[in-house]
Amino acid sequence: MPDPRSAASSGVEAEPSPAPRPAAEPLLRVENVVKRFPISRGIIFKRQIGQVHAVEGVSLEVPRGETLGLVGETGCGKSTLARCITRLYPLTSGRVVLDGTDISTLSRRQLRRHRRQMQMIFQDPYGSLNPRRRVGSIIGDPLAIHHVADGAGRKRQVQELMEVVGLNPEHYNRFPSEFSGGQRQRIGVARALALRPSLIVCDEPVSALDVSVQAQIINLLEDLQGEFGLTYLFIAHDLAVVEHVSDRVAVMYLGKIVEMAAVRDLFSSPRHPYTVALLSASMIADPDRARSTHRVVLAGDVPSPINPPSGCLFHTRCPKAQPICSVEAPALTVQAGDLAGHVTACHFPVAPGEQMRGAEAEVRQAAADFAAAPLGEAVEGAG
Amino acid sequence: MYLSPLVSLLTVENLTVSFPTSDGVVRAVRGLSFEVEAGHTLGIVGETGSGKSVTALSLLGLNPGADISGSATFGGRDVLTMNQDQFRRVRGAEIAMIFQDPLSSLHPFYRVGWQICEAIQTHSRVSRAEAKRRAIDLLRMVNIPQPERRVQAFPHELSGGMRQRAMIAMALALRPKLLIADEPTTALDATVQAQLMELLTGMQRELGMAMIIITHDLGLVASSADRVLVMYAGRAVEGADSRTIFYSPHHPYSRGLLASIPGATGAGGRLVPIVGNPPSLIRIPSGCAFHPRCPFAMDACVREQPELVPVSEGAGHVSACWLPAHAVGLSPAVDQVRTRYATSRRGQAVLGLPGVAAALKGDAVHA
Repeated sequence: MPDPRSAASSGVEAEPSPAPRPAAEPLLRVENVVKRFPISRGIIFKRQIGQVHAVEGVSLEVPRGETLGLVGETGCGKSTLARCITRLYPLTSGRVVLDGTDISTLSRRQLRRHRRQMQMIFQDPYGSLNPRRRVGSIIGDPLAIHHVADGAGRKRQVQELMEVVGLNPEHYNRFPSEFSGGQRQRIGVARALALRPSLIVCDEPVSALDVSVQAQIINLLEDLQGEFGLTYLFIAHDLAVVEHVSDRVAVMYLGKIVEMAAVRDLFSSPRHPYTVALLSASMIADPDRARSTHRVVLAGDVPSPINPPSGCLFHTRCPKAQPICSVEAPALTVQAGDLAGHVTACHFPVAPGEQMRGAEAEVRQAAADFAAAPLGEAVEGAG
Repeated sequence: MYLSPLVSLLTVENLTVSFPTSDGVVRAVRGLSFEVEAGHTLGIVGETGSGKSVTALSLLGLNPGADISGSATFGGRDVLTMNQDQFRRVRGAEIAMIFQDPLSSLHPFYRVGWQICEAIQTHSRVSRAEAKRRAIDLLRMVNIPQPERRVQAFPHELSGGMRQRAMIAMALALRPKLLIADEPTTALDATVQAQLMELLTGMQRELGMAMIIITHDLGLVASSADRVLVMYAGRAVEGADSRTIFYSPHHPYSRGLLASIPGATGAGGRLVPIVGNPPSLIRIPSGCAFHPRCPFAMDACVREQPELVPVSEGAGHVSACWLPAHAVGLSPAVDQVRTRYATSRRGQAVLGLPGVAAALKGDAVHA
């Protein structure tokens, strides 16, 4: 892993990157990407009755050899963003620049050449491998599609790849069902690695694995990054995993980035109220630390992305919300006192050392009220 | 076996559960004993196939087709010998359960409110209107927005998080003495998880309810359990109060888990994975089931199954391992003690085990 302190180089402030191949241009630049899905009604006369605002103007940069962690909760648009970046979805607007080329407007045929540079690892090692095909041909597919190698050459390359990711090359002719979850995820990694891409988008790569196996895959991804100078966009909901693998972290809420900073900076001094709540809610496997952290409970639910709130998207649940928050959307900027590269979209960022309180008291009161209410007479011989 | 000075609410002794299948007998739980005290939380930690969920289902009589032996004494009665009628009186009212998968645990044809009312009216003599009022209160308490409207919703009309909360509401409806939560928050986002754990611990404080939290998430256990039981391949391998498990574990499996999870007490700069995979419950390894993956495996581990015995430091700290009792902790020094002890008791055959081989290459232990 590169030194996390060097991570301040992406994002707003551009500094020379210490990555294996130094370049002023970041490998991946995402500019103001918007993705909306239409909602239509009717069978013959389809008409659009609304749209899902999945990604609403996201901009970020990932320098070569670094890992950008992307966190947020279900429905925040992190997977949609990943699919926009890899062009599995067409963009509604915005640009995705990969290694100097704007890939957001390329045709399918033009795109194919650039696809070699970016690959994806999926969450579900069971659903992302065709159960009727042999492992050798699954891993060899990218080599065949891009006419890199065929025949004996392809087999040799596939077996080398299997060796690299820690699979036994003799298992070339086995089916995915003969492998455990961790080994299947290694197959997914080998397939992503086949064309020697520069960018790998990992969408929850360890979430489906047993705890004792997760570390095997995390270590593998780290080793491969060191060996091949890979750049990762790492999506996960487990904050401890993200903290472990990332150089920089971006926090998303309802399709927007609300805060982005170098990993240590973000975890030690979060500024956005949502980030503060999210970090306080994450469960650390350390009883003393877990019990000394004040858990901020957020009121209510994430609003619907079909009809997002006005102004700051978080104002409906924010303990610090003021009238201006529902009117004016805050810009993603460096807040006073923060390091360069630490950007927060908030009118009233949480000050360092400030103890933010959420709806904890209300929840406790609800429990007490319920416990105090009469229960009614028990039914004799219920059943 | 340690004996608790407090009166326990639930005492499970030598629970054994197996399922006959066409591939062979699945031995899901093999002689499990534990206690839960009123008002306390027991965390049962284990991976897929460690037998933790089967244990919970057996306590509620929800394992048809399984061969169950042993005893589980709850309030002076053995729940394992109850017939369906007797079980129905206990289930829901005194022991309630939160299931892992809210979609398959709610009936798809009935409205959520109806299902909560049914539970209330089965066990207490209240009017339909009163039951419904209480259902709405419950939904409000678990933070479901617009509870008056949602009480009329079908399960498919609710989001995954809301379904899970509806199920928690149902479980709490009769203020059970014991709540068994099987992966209660695994499907939920971190902030919703925090909300619900705050609520559950609040209820526990107010009602003196005991909880068994069954999970693979060590973070959840660290923040909520008083006592922790670590399970592997159907057996308890270590049990102690929460701080002892996290700061001075004895069993190499507990120690291995803590080194492999980012942010855990035993994790350093680079994670140390446990080699291999959890075993099949049809072909369980001989002796200690963990021996093929263990970096400290010795000849004895292959031959003979260790029993849960008290180990040093911490009241009620028990571990099923042949390593000496004083080898507790996470430091490299303690790992060296473990390694030195194990090396002196190894034959050629044990050296070929994957866990030991990896340890000899320097992959699996800090030392």
